[in-house]
Amino acid sequence: MTTRGRLVRTLAILTLVLCAAVAVALVTGRQHIDYGNLLSDPFAATLFFRLRLPRVLMGMLIGASLSLSGAALQALFRNPLAEPYTLGVSGGGALGASIAIALGWSARLLGVPLVFLASFAGAMASVLLVKTIAQSGAIVLPGTLLLSGVVVNLVATAAVVAIQYVADPASALRILRWIIGSLDVVGLEPIRHMFFLLAPAWLALLALSRQLHLLAIDEDTAATLGVNVARCEAAVHVLCSFIVGVTVATGGAIGFVGLVVPHLVRLMFGEDLRIVLPGSLLLGAAFLVLADALARTVLPTSELPVGAVTGLLGGPVFLWLLRRKQQYSMM
Amino acid sequence: MTPLLEARQLTYAYPRGPVAIRGVGFTVEPASMTAIIGANGSGKSTLVRMLAGLLQPAAGQVLLSGIALDRWEPRARARQIAYMPQVTTTAFPFRVADIVLSGRAPFVARFHFDSRHDRDRAMEALQSTGAAHLADRNFAALSGGERQMVILARALAQEPRLLLLDEPSASLDLKHRAELMRTLARLREQRGLSVVMITHDLQLTGSLFDRILALRCGEIAAQGAPDEVLRSELLADIYGEPNVRARRMGNQTLVWIDA
Repeated sequence: MTTRGRLVRTLAILTLVLCAAVAVALVTGRQHIDYGNLLSDPFAATLFFRLRLPRVLMGMLIGASLSLSGAALQALFRNPLAEPYTLGVSGGGALGASIAIALGWSARLLGVPLVFLASFAGAMASVLLVKTIAQSGAIVLPGTLLLSGVVVNLVATAAVVAIQYVADPASALRILRWIIGSLDVVGLEPIRHMFFLLAPAWLALLALSRQLHLLAIDEDTAATLGVNVARCEAAVHVLCSFIVGVTVATGGAIGFVGLVVPHLVRLMFGEDLRIVLPGSLLLGAAFLVLADALARTVLPTSELPVGAVTGLLGGPVFLWLLRRKQQYSMM
Repeated sequence: MTPLLEARQLTYAYPRGPVAIRGVGFTVEPASMTAIIGANGSGKSTLVRMLAGLLQPAAGQVLLSGIALDRWEPRARARQIAYMPQVTTTAFPFRVADIVLSGRAPFVARFHFDSRHDRDRAMEALQSTGAAHLADRNFAALSGGERQMVILARALAQEPRLLLLDEPSASLDLKHRAELMRTLARLREQRGLSVVMITHDLQLTGSLFDRILALRCGEIAAQGAPDEVLRSELLADIYGEPNVRARRMGNQTLVWIDA
């Protein structure tokens, strides 16, 4: 089958998976929604349009963003264990957002909330710091990359906790939510804002999928096959930092989505990044929507944060991948 | 006539390291075969990486068809020069067929996918290196020699005018070494392919190459036709081994260590 044919088949299958996940998430929840009287029953309408639907859409946006970024970062660093969380990008973003919240920055710059920009700056600083530490000459050392990413994440999380302690109680509560990650949202307005910020960055990242495919094979390969490696790396750094920064500023540092989903897409549809990137976008949206549906209903009396569910699901997968990688002696 | 490739007084030093290449200059003509020889650490790989555009010279320049290498649009340059590194490892389990098909990337327009023509060219390249049976295998699981054949196939799929090879025969058995040399000779004949190849196999250089470039400590120790370079005293000087001997026998050169 041609690459185009494989892409069309992948997108068709994963679109169906996403539709099914959204349908399941919309009918799942502590409160029953009477869909037969959705337009005539004000309570059902409020529940659906103000809470359930925005939450599902938020899950789609964040899941798609984290998975797409994870797939791109894995290709860029040629490391199957790279993702926003393990590279410290999420931690840096959470720290940036926490500083902005603690300082009471509620203004917007060119329509973009300052919290988003602070989160973007934190994410960008983290990825550059981690890469600088891991770089030895022209080579990025895979083990050092992950180790420095984990340490940057730990330091950023510790700093967030410290900020939370010195911040006023209202800000402290908002910061606490970011540490684990949550999809709480009211109304469709925040979703619209996020979509218009994220969609152009998604498209720009997808437009780099061929270059990322060649980079994922080998950096020298990419350079001798016509990829401007420095420009592509810079673009992926900026785009992933922006995407992760916006999602972290909204939903917190939700871990392991960016790790697990690209690998699921690879297992099902092969290694071609021109398929893995759009596939991760769709499957990531479905994955987080389902994880959130589980988080909302798994306990009889209260909700789990979605970050806890993705961590519980993603952690074992991470360890399995680590084991598999060691067996191939490729680290 | 403009040479296909011209290296002008190339100099390179690694960051915080010694000078690896100093004042190296030579030309590569169309449909020619040039071997680069020298002891370990003499700067052979650094030189070839500069010719491939992977390293920027600290001084001097590389001209491709008379135009500075860094002025070529990267994809246009990739249709002219293919490079095969000494070792290739991948972090992901790519299929061999996908690796070879990536060699067609410089021919595929932006936002387009590889065509049937591209897939046919990639498969032909894989067949020409005797590795067609590996097409569906995981590249990461292949032996060193099999990987070399696959990477050579990818370089051939680029349909370049100049092929830069960094010790391609190091991991190959006798049969595949012979196949490699036959393939290169055929492509030179049919397509006018030029080859610049790093090798430690001096027997090979004596019979198949038009020209040999010998490096010593990053500088050119000698360059010329095989019978001019493959001489006992010159090889002893290049490799720092006084007992190396070379003797021309017909169109072959026999090189051995007189223990």
